[in-house]
Amino acid sequence: MAIAQGEVILEVNDLRTYFYTRTSVVKAVDGISFNLRQGETLGIVGESGCGKTMTALSLLQLVPKPAGRIVGGEILLHGEDLVQKSEAEMRQVRGQKISMILQDPQTSLNPVFNIGNQLMESLALTHKEGRKNLLQRAVDSLRQVNVAAPERRLEDFPHQMSGGMKQRVVGAIAMSLEPDIIIADEPTTALDVIVQDRILRQIKEIQTDLNMSMIYITHDIAVVAEVTDRIGVMYAGKLVELGSTADVFERPIHPYTKALLSVFPSIRGEKRPLTTLGGEPPNLVDPPTGCRFHPRCPYATAICQQEEPPIVVRDGHWAACWNPVG
Amino acid sequence: MNSPSPIVQVDGLTKLFPVSKSLFGGPKGYIHAVDGVSFDLYPGQTLGLVGESGCGKTTIGKLLVKLQEPTSGRILFRDTGREPNGAEEDGAKVDGEFDDISQTKGQQLKDFRRKVQMIFQDPYESMNPRRTIFDTIAEPLLVQGIGNSLDRLDRVTKLLELVGLTPPATMLFRYPHELSGGQRQRVAIARALIIEPSFVVADEPTSMLDVSISTGIMMLMLDLSQRLGVTYLYITHDLAVARYMCQRIAVMYLGKIVEMAETEELLANPLHPYTRALLSSVPVPVPGFRREPVEIIGDLSAPLNPAHRCRFHDRCPIAGNECHATPHPPLEDRGGGHLVACYRV
Repeated sequence: MAIAQGEVILEVNDLRTYFYTRTSVVKAVDGISFNLRQGETLGIVGESGCGKTMTALSLLQLVPKPAGRIVGGEILLHGEDLVQKSEAEMRQVRGQKISMILQDPQTSLNPVFNIGNQLMESLALTHKEGRKNLLQRAVDSLRQVNVAAPERRLEDFPHQMSGGMKQRVVGAIAMSLEPDIIIADEPTTALDVIVQDRILRQIKEIQTDLNMSMIYITHDIAVVAEVTDRIGVMYAGKLVELGSTADVFERPIHPYTKALLSVFPSIRGEKRPLTTLGGEPPNLVDPPTGCRFHPRCPYATAICQQEEPPIVVRDGHWAACWNPVG
Repeated sequence: MNSPSPIVQVDGLTKLFPVSKSLFGGPKGYIHAVDGVSFDLYPGQTLGLVGESGCGKTTIGKLLVKLQEPTSGRILFRDTGREPNGAEEDGAKVDGEFDDISQTKGQQLKDFRRKVQMIFQDPYESMNPRRTIFDTIAEPLLVQGIGNSLDRLDRVTKLLELVGLTPPATMLFRYPHELSGGQRQRVAIARALIIEPSFVVADEPTSMLDVSISTGIMMLMLDLSQRLGVTYLYITHDLAVARYMCQRIAVMYLGKIVEMAETEELLANPLHPYTRALLSSVPVPVPGFRREPVEIIGDLSAPLNPAHRCRFHDRCPIAGNECHATPHPPLEDRGGGHLVACYRV
């Protein structure tokens, strides 16, 4: 592929994914726009229910149906709009162009097939070869994620493996078709910290080797600081701030970003007093008017309740806020 | 130590779980979930139990509140009245004798249950979905036969205010599904504190919550421990949480405490190679920060019939001959109350 480093390969414009229940509409993703460049890692940070996973599922058109629907916006992958594609066309995209690593390795592997079969199933999508060659490819992809003695591991079933090992297998499957983009949805949240450390290092290594682009979804500020080049902060279905990781950490514009960064307890450095944000994330059936963060925002003024916040550009990144901090 | 005498002394606590071979085969072996663990809890202080999943920290919590019976070892519990300002404590011995609660039964056990409570990890599963918040919080009073229904209503109302679920009148007759995770955990805390226990085992009370909510719960628990003098055993896998919640931290590895020290001392000068690895694998929320590489190898195994040597020897970057040839090292004081179980540091 003749794609230069840093060129935009994915462009999301005003994406809206809503869920329709009998009595209400839940605006899980409500008009978000961002792009992804070749070789970079974009982090999407936010609390549970802010729409970060739904954003990822929307990219792959895997939003739970029939309740969930993409109701607006476009997702341009190499200039082609994925929203317009049929199910059959999307199958060519999933795994080969964009693949996903889910949070819980326990539930993303099939318990009744050994991992060799599961790896070969995805490999067979693009490699029309005999079983012997596929087996060899499966071994190679396990070796790539540092599974020891991969030949023997192929026979194992998911229950015979530890959580970290399973997540590595999931990673091997996701990367086996060398997609352009990997979406990692909290891939280490279910793991212990020592295992998490290893998986994170590995993901970084392979991503650099294969020069893939990655969207890394997490609620963990520390993980984001370590693995991403740029981050987008989501709150209540909206992207509230987007910029390079260093800029956002050093000079947050949005009060929510600032609060998120400062509540996070750390084991290093000075022991700062604990702070809390107060309140709870809003219900997306009937989100607050104006800026959705205003009920919890210490800087909120009258206008925040009435009108959608404008985009503020500063220090090389943007946020949507009436009363930017700092 | 800041405090003169402990409220709980745990001595050589051991819990083995048999792993059976077949229906009639008898045990194939034993998982050494907790293996000869000793520590003290001081009144009004919080001890953190930190370790990876499967290290036995939750089992210790359950043993301490007698949800499980220890295989061997003693848990000595001293029945103290809760000290600070006027938390009235009917009939409690102020400087009680130590009772070995690992053997108590019947009425004695019921009395003991008045003194200890547990807060569980998952606020979605620790509550009966069909009972109102009032019923849930008042249940310990009912079980212990404390007060009449008006008293109970009064106490539950006060507790709801204390844990920040205000106004209490709007909360009393809701059901768990009407509350968010953070609110539920506040209910769990209220339920644990309603009978004014002397000590509370908190098993990862914030790990299911978002950061913006979990720091609120942490601040509440800290505040309650200061105001009411509650002693916590705080179980967590998150060292950053332990740093804020605990005066002392005990690090566990496969059923053993490998290091125990005052919190800041442990974070600043970790001695045991496992503690070092644990600390250096915690991600740092500073872009561009380079952590030192984690040196340990391999994966955590289950402590099934562990060999008679250091539990950590096979993953240890500094293991030597003595680690393979001698029993698991004893937990020794290396000065200033910093205890380590390692031959090589």
